[in-house]
Amino acid sequence: MIDFFFLVPIAIGLGLAGLASFMWTLKNGQYDDLEGAAQRILFESNDGPDR
Amino acid sequence: MSCCAPGAELYLHPARSADEETLLASRQFPDGLRQNDLSVPDIRCGACLRNIETALGKLDRVVRVRANLSTRRVTVVWRGDAPPPMTETLRTIGYDAHLHHDGADEKDPVLGGLLRALAVAGFAASNIMLLSVSVWAGAEGETRDLFHWISALIALPALAYSGQVFFRSAFRSLRHGRTNMDVPISIGVLLAFAMSLYETAHHGPYAYFDAAVSLLFFLLIGRTLDHMMRERARRAVSGLARLSARGALVLQPDGTQCYIPVDELEPGISILLAAGERVPVNARVVKGHSDLDRALVSGESTPQPAVEGTELQAGILNLTAPLTIVATASATDSFLADMTRMMEAAEAGRSTYRRIADRAAQLYAPAVHSIAFLAFLGWMISSGDAHRAITIAIAVLIITCPCALGLAVPMVQVVAARRLFEQGIMLRNGTALERLAEIDTVIFDKTGTLTAGQARLTVNGNAGADMLALAASMAMHSRHPYSLVLADLGKQTRRITFDVVAEHPGKGLEARLGTDVYRLGRPGWAIADDRCTGTNDAATVALAINGIGATHFCFKDALRAGAPEAVARLTESGLSVEILSGDGDRRVEDIAMHLGVPWLSQAQPIDKVRRISALKHAGHKVLMVGDGLNDAPALTTADVSMAPASASEIGRSAADLVFLRDSLEAVPQAISISRAARALVWQNFVLAIAYNVLAIPFAVLGHVTPLVAAVAMSLSSVIVVANALRLDAARTNKTIRRAAGDAKIPAILGAAK
Repeated sequence: MIDFFFLVPIAIGLGLAGLASFMWTLKNGQYDDLEGAAQRILFESNDGPDR
Repeated sequence: MSCCAPGAELYLHPARSADEETLLASRQFPDGLRQNDLSVPDIRCGACLRNIETALGKLDRVVRVRANLSTRRVTVVWRGDAPPPMTETLRTIGYDAHLHHDGADEKDPVLGGLLRALAVAGFAASNIMLLSVSVWAGAEGETRDLFHWISALIALPALAYSGQVFFRSAFRSLRHGRTNMDVPISIGVLLAFAMSLYETAHHGPYAYFDAAVSLLFFLLIGRTLDHMMRERARRAVSGLARLSARGALVLQPDGTQCYIPVDELEPGISILLAAGERVPVNARVVKGHSDLDRALVSGESTPQPAVEGTELQAGILNLTAPLTIVATASATDSFLADMTRMMEAAEAGRSTYRRIADRAAQLYAPAVHSIAFLAFLGWMISSGDAHRAITIAIAVLIITCPCALGLAVPMVQVVAARRLFEQGIMLRNGTALERLAEIDTVIFDKTGTLTAGQARLTVNGNAGADMLALAASMAMHSRHPYSLVLADLGKQTRRITFDVVAEHPGKGLEARLGTDVYRLGRPGWAIADDRCTGTNDAATVALAINGIGATHFCFKDALRAGAPEAVARLTESGLSVEILSGDGDRRVEDIAMHLGVPWLSQAQPIDKVRRISALKHAGHKVLMVGDGLNDAPALTTADVSMAPASASEIGRSAADLVFLRDSLEAVPQAISISRAARALVWQNFVLAIAYNVLAIPFAVLGHVTPLVAAVAMSLSSVIVVANALRLDAARTNKTIRRAAGDAKIPAILGAAK
């Protein structure tokens, strides 16, 4: 059991990374226009959310 | 209109004042950039986004364009002193655009906060659950303690951050001596955390960190959904076109003209009112002849003539020719402000509706607390073991925490709001759905609600194809509502070109071709010998050739699409329906007989309010469906109210629900959805109570371990959510969504006019 303790910080670290990336996407306005984002992948131009 | 010289001078100014308005509405950035938000209701697909962005991006001085498909907005950032021609450009590529109020497009800070709290709670819940699973799987001794400590470490910041939503609300409510749903939640979560911390420190076997945090997580989902639904409904309606004038073109004593905001208009000021504009403040006509559309103000459906000396109320639409008017009241004393005051009075008199969930909480919180307290007392007395008694009391609090309740009601409402949205109905108020389900009386306004769009036309006398073609060709030269109907007659036939066409406001149209004179208008004016055949109704138009009358056109109100079906469905389902109108007796009677419902005509705004109050006093729950300014106080007085999207702005903002499609069948549809939603809410309450009845004995007897608590909590939440989703399963097919998108166009264009 004790051999696998290193997995615990890894699991929590991954969770934190996910949380941080969600916070970043939220702050970055990536949820402002969900319908529009779904359509924009069909365009050729290469624009991001804050172009 | 071709020869109306006085109108020509008015054409330049609206453009310039629009520029000023754009500038006023823009947000300024420090580096010389300005940003405008435009509301473009016709954005419906990805191609629209691209068209708009390329078209606007090509304009001079435009720095950045971003179209938003979800909110139907376009954000334009530009530099310089004069705004680029944004709305004009959009119009040339086929999109109607309206300026959006500054600040209305700000990101919603509450939603952001809720989403962040939800994310933190989700992260904490999943990680603690992971550790808990290993504890349940048999981790013992130091391993278990370590896992508990790690859980505590994750739970503490999560509670401190995500729990604030509930703690604040609970604290506010307790400070006012009340309890709400957040009080048992806060107490349960905090006690569970404190006890688990104590257990952990004393190497105890059970810790409820997972229960405390996943409780927060589930409840935050409910809270976030609730908020999103209300917010989206509010935004959707604010994005529609506005009808009231924001400013007026003022004729100053020295002969110059300038555009000033409505608030600064004072009695005695001369205003130039172009054809197609609304009267900004109460005024009197001093020069010009025109026709007036009073439908929104008084409910009269026939256009009225305006001559010198006619008194105008704010909100009347000037139809055919420019008028010079003198303000007789400032904006705060105008008809519009009167309406607002009556609405405020009605608002104050209306007892605030308490949501079902809040009423449940009123009973729920004391019940849960007393059960927990009794369990504590019972175990104290029987075993004398304080630690055990406290543990069991807290287990009761956790197991009874209103997860199911907190999630069930918002979930049903979100699903119901989406179904309404698909039917083209916007919910403007979260409690409207519950109130709508309770009504037993429906009151309709006539003009603009039961009747809509173009008048129904009947032809008397010579109805030959040439006469109709003649009338249609003449009518094409006017914007009078009757002309628009007549012009439709000539769609298939050959168009006749006249030498001269002149519009005589208040009388009709006169056309010359060679030596012949054609007149289309009031019978008394058009026909030389003034021997009126047929009815002498104001809604009759005669076509005369060289003074000899040949054909009469009678206009009757056309029922709004779906009106007879809607009324039939409403009466079938046991609701009593009546008509309250400000229009004349005969016109109301005509419609009322057709629909077979009781009616009341020539009702002033205050009469409508009185009638509704009387019904409410008699114990009825009233739904008011209306559109005009004159309906606004009645809309506010009624228990719940609906307005079509073509309604006046003040009418739309007074209404709890707004329907975007033309058909009046939205009313029975909304009622049936609200009733289905109410049934589901009650089912969910029954499910939640049944779950508690099952679970509380286990908790009181001390059989609830953290594993049982976690399973029971998740299971009850999943059950109520699944039950809520059944409302959505009733949807017939997916094409409804597309139909909803298409059907919106006419409604919004109608509002833009």
